[in-house]
Amino acid sequence: MPNQTEPLFKAVGLSKEFGFGRQKTLAVNQVDLALEEGEVITIVGESGSGKTTLAKMILGLISPTGGEVFFRGEPRDISTYRKKLAYWKNIQAIFQDPYSSFNIFTKIDTVLLDCIRMRGNGNLPREKKREMMAEACSFVNLKFEELTNKYPFELSGGQMQRLMIARIFLLDPKILIADEITSMIDACSRATILDMLMELRDKIGMTVVFITHDVGLAYYVSDKVYIMEHGKFVESGTPDEVILNPKGDYTKRLISDVPKIYEEWDLSTV
Amino acid sequence: MLHTIKEVFRSPKFTIGLAIFVVMLLVVFIYPLIITDDPLDIIGLGTFFEPGIYVNLYDGLESKTYVLKLEDAAANRIASKLGEQERLDIQEYLLLAGVPEEEIDIEDTEKLLELWLNNYDPTVRFPGSTSAKRKYYARLDASLDGLLSTEAAIIAVKNEETGELEEKSLVKQDDYVNVSKVANVRVLPLGTDNFGRDMLTELVSATGVSLRIGLIAGLVATSIGLTLGLLSGYIGGWVDDVIMFITNLFIVIPSFVLLVLISYSIGQEQRGASTVAIVIGFTSWVWTARAVRAQVISLRHRDHVNLSKLSGHSVAHIIIFDILPYIASYVVMAFILQISSGILAEAGLSILGLGPKTTDVPTLGLMMNWAMIYSAHIMGKWWAYFPVIVVIALISFSLNLMNTGLDQVFNPTLRD
Ligand SMILES: Nc1ncnc2c1ncn2[C@@H]1O[C@H](COP(=O)(O)OP(=O)(O)OP(=O)(O)O)[C@@H](O)[C@H]1O
Ligand SMILES: [Mg+2]
Repeated sequence: MPNQTEPLFKAVGLSKEFGFGRQKTLAVNQVDLALEEGEVITIVGESGSGKTTLAKMILGLISPTGGEVFFRGEPRDISTYRKKLAYWKNIQAIFQDPYSSFNIFTKIDTVLLDCIRMRGNGNLPREKKREMMAEACSFVNLKFEELTNKYPFELSGGQMQRLMIARIFLLDPKILIADEITSMIDACSRATILDMLMELRDKIGMTVVFITHDVGLAYYVSDKVYIMEHGKFVESGTPDEVILNPKGDYTKRLISDVPKIYEEWDLSTV
Repeated sequence: MLHTIKEVFRSPKFTIGLAIFVVMLLVVFIYPLIITDDPLDIIGLGTFFEPGIYVNLYDGLESKTYVLKLEDAAANRIASKLGEQERLDIQEYLLLAGVPEEEIDIEDTEKLLELWLNNYDPTVRFPGSTSAKRKYYARLDASLDGLLSTEAAIIAVKNEETGELEEKSLVKQDDYVNVSKVANVRVLPLGTDNFGRDMLTELVSATGVSLRIGLIAGLVATSIGLTLGLLSGYIGGWVDDVIMFITNLFIVIPSFVLLVLISYSIGQEQRGASTVAIVIGFTSWVWTARAVRAQVISLRHRDHVNLSKLSGHSVAHIIIFDILPYIASYVVMAFILQISSGILAEAGLSILGLGPKTTDVPTLGLMMNWAMIYSAHIMGKWWAYFPVIVVIALISFSLNLMNTGLDQVFNPTLRD
């Protein structure tokens, strides 16, 4: 339908080249992507296919070498600090490796306070801010009183990723990019974390972009699945289309790595 | 953080280095409180007095005398004038004067002196004898005069009216004075330098000044290097290009040459110790800048930096809180090395005569320079340069030891 409102986020022909000369790699090659408000999409691809590079371009952390990006129908402008700040109020991320995602010299309180300040609530009374932080922590089953004056590296990997979700809880963004957030975490915590993230999504209605190797996850949580190979989207569509009727060999191979695909997906056993 | 600091003090290398350094600092601070003399005061009329205890002779004569009957006193007295070397020299002279070799017994003091008295003639010139040699023999002759006498020496004063000498007291050969009873005694543990300054006082003061020069040079070099390295590494783009251009410019011109040129053009009168320190710092930031830049480049795409950006932090905040702490250990290490190389650079400059102006304060480099100009090393006046070298080496050694210790703590791969 041509006259429908513009998508929240749209990228056209997005490309990223690293290096030059013989070392040149085309990490992301002519990717088109649209994100509607509130939808959950998954980008699946093997290691080195360019998923993280694409995510960082969507986030505006690295600049594309080709293509255009639109946010709310307008060309995205993040040329100055203020404009970046405004953009990042809407789009946030959780990274793959919790151990390297936090500054080891910054206390947990500061990490959470930064989020409150980012939302423009920096001037609230101290008590109110502590209340908000405690609420965010309890949402992800952490006790704020036990975390104050501690450093992130004193937590386990799973607890750190939960703290990341607490961050998102406070930031309340429109889009969240979750780049393999469970790949460094043991199987038990993995389900809990995905559960919490989906609960948060239902609560604040944000768009979620899952990036993963795991076709199973893609099938069960997402509205749309993109298969990425060598920097390109080779297949896309609803989970049923892509995963139950794969067309390309690459997709078939990705799917064959997940034996439990036709069983009922139970978060507690993943 | 606290843990790392504890770890640092558990490293024996760091602790030893720090201990040496702290001891030197304490000496530099406490010594002037006890010995308040001006380190540049010229007390000795003459150059390079040997280390030792200097007893005022006049006061010694005035002091209470004690008689000690000591058996080897006479032998010691003779030995101090007529040592092994002097006996050989006398033998050489006698041979030249035509005394048959079998008549000379250099162990027999009495016979030797007799031969000497009979044969020494200051007017004779032997072929090949230098004037220095002749003067030496004249001095030797004078010092041997009355060596075997057992008479007491007479102390006489001039009568103001008649102009005649009147006997005042006798100094016998077994008279002694107690040094602690003599009114004026000066200990010069390291003797005096070429100007006649007390070497130890001067050395302590110079150590303090040189440490200050090292510290200022290190601070200047580290802050320039750190600032440029952070900016060019983090901001990149044209900022990086400009800074790297300047840095490479400084690299192709050897910093010591630059240092010499700048010092020379500043001129002797304007070169205070601090000016020299700043100039040294200004020419030695290059490697810090390059190393910091390399580290920042490897840090700036880390996820914690990305997260900080996503938390709305400004570039300044990210550089100070997300980059700087990660390279702090490196910067501290670079700073320590800069202090040590700053002190060495000052020494190098001063030896070339391009150091701080000489009328202000002594520095380790200036002391080396003076010792060299007055040929202390050729004349064997070891106390004029050796202690200075030891202090320079100790400073360098302790700072490098601390640096290695830190390196082992911060780089776990270097631990053994
Ligand atoms: N900063 C960079 N400089 C040069 N090449 C890069 C850079 N970042 C990524 N690449 C290259 O781009 C390609 C895609 O990398 P990317 O990290 O996006 O893969 P990925 O799909 O996220 O892989 P993984 O599943 O292992 O995280 C890789 O070939 C990688 O070597
Ligand atoms: Mg990745």
